[in-house]
Amino acid sequence: MVNALLLERDGTLAYTAGAVVADDAVDVATREDATAAVRGTFSLSGVSVAYGRDRVIEGVGMEIPARSVTALIGPSGCGKSTLLRCLNRMNDEIGNVHVDGRITLDGADIMGKAMDPVELRMRVGQVFQRPNPFPMSIYDNIAYGPRTQGIRRKSELDLLVEESLRGAALWDEVKKSLKKHAFELSGGQQQRLCIARALATKPEVILMDEPASALDPISTQQIEDTIAELKDSVTIVIVTHNMQQAARISNQTAFMLRESLEEPAHLVEMGDTKKMFTNPDDSRTESYITGRFG
Amino acid sequence: MSGMSRTRRARRSEAVARAVTGLAAVSVVSVALFVLAYIVYHGIGAIDWTFLTDVPRDRGREGGILPVIVGTLWVVATTAGLTLPIGILAGIYLSEYAPRTFTTRAIRLAITNMAGVPSIVYGLFGLAAFVLLAGFGRSIIASALTLTCMTLPVVITATEEALRQIPQDLRQASLALGATRLRTIYKVVLPAAAPGIITGSILGLARAAGETAPILFTGAVFQMRKLPDGLSSRFMSLPYHIYAQVTSVPGWSPTLVWGTALVLVAGVSVVSVVAALWRSAQRRRVKW
Repeated sequence: MVNALLLERDGTLAYTAGAVVADDAVDVATREDATAAVRGTFSLSGVSVAYGRDRVIEGVGMEIPARSVTALIGPSGCGKSTLLRCLNRMNDEIGNVHVDGRITLDGADIMGKAMDPVELRMRVGQVFQRPNPFPMSIYDNIAYGPRTQGIRRKSELDLLVEESLRGAALWDEVKKSLKKHAFELSGGQQQRLCIARALATKPEVILMDEPASALDPISTQQIEDTIAELKDSVTIVIVTHNMQQAARISNQTAFMLRESLEEPAHLVEMGDTKKMFTNPDDSRTESYITGRFG
Repeated sequence: MSGMSRTRRARRSEAVARAVTGLAAVSVVSVALFVLAYIVYHGIGAIDWTFLTDVPRDRGREGGILPVIVGTLWVVATTAGLTLPIGILAGIYLSEYAPRTFTTRAIRLAITNMAGVPSIVYGLFGLAAFVLLAGFGRSIIASALTLTCMTLPVVITATEEALRQIPQDLRQASLALGATRLRTIYKVVLPAAAPGIITGSILGLARAAGETAPILFTGAVFQMRKLPDGLSSRFMSLPYHIYAQVTSVPGWSPTLVWGTALVLVAGVSVVSVVAALWRSAQRRRVKW
């Protein structure tokens, strides 16, 4: 068991470093790559959420395909962020939240007792609305997740830090100052640092809750470019208030709506982004997208 | 009334407000400086090698205060050893784990009220509970336990407040990376809150070091030839020594008493300064 683990780690390491490696290590790397192709698929059916007695979401069913960008849109208070937090069980951390229904990640029920939320969150990362780097160096921010997983070897951490920063398109800006305190970065850089931090645990999915809403247009553009790069390797689910953003960056769009405070929010429709923005099935989707309400 | 004169009036009241609040601030600083200068002026003459290393002679009218200093160190160190772990852990529980229930609110209220109990009442309680009931007798441990009761609310409240200052965002970020609650606390939340916790704890312990009432019945003595040799020893203490000299030694030496006060104030200041230096070093370390 220990041998296998070491082998796999070495294999991954050598693979990512692009060095010449032994045959068995290549095998491991290729096999990982092959299985990874289908990883990161969410399937939701009959998902309902209640805060105490207040039912906020009811009966949401959707398929979130791997390695693509899925946008959740809808007016404020329609439960987009709440639904997003169901996917990494962050609702568990807020008291008095009750989630019903079935959510599977690559076929495995994530709400059951068999799923450890701590393990789930290493596979499903999250980027928050405001950049929230830890008060430590850039390096330590990125290494936080891997260290939590028990990775201690400096060489391994160095590689993960570089890879993750490259993935978040931040490497060139910070490679000479990895020991710098994260708070010295600009807001946009901090948010890309947070993306890199999420990437460092090698997640299958990254959840983004309005990741650019606190940023200026140039930083927003950089975040969008980063998302476009990332979707080839991870599944991205993004909540956004910005219609143009959803249209620009997403492959699928889901429109949620809470028609009144008395009833919970529900999924109005979900489909190919191009179709949703040009020819939606539901008239409410059209009204929202064209700015008639919300 | 024209707009012009209203502006002028507003500007004038602004100036008055600045002057009044400024004056209040300046007077606080002057009082503090005056007290400090007064103590130094009267006490500095007593400070020499003999004073710091000799035992009190002629009931304290002459000689030094070595056992008084050592006794204070014993009691404060024991109090710190009891108060810091319990207080910080309780503060962590209240801020990070406690459910928002009636019981939690009641605990918090009790702690706040504990901080308001007069120190002489703690002294009486210590005599009843630790000296007599628990059977520790008049000793360092009985006094330290009494001072711990008095200091705990300060440390708990300081810890809880410092932890509450840490944005919820940081905890979420850590949890979302797959860290447990425990790891989130000791890797992210506690380091960020450490300066506040340390400042609060030092304030509490400094107060404990200077208290007379809680140790009056629980272990402090007027005269000791030997140094304390364990937790069950009785002890001499800086604040009690000052009190005893002034109230029960006819012809007491003002210079030596002021000197004792100076040692107490200097000791507390040194600890505060060291803590402040450590805090800024922490900040630098984070910055690299």
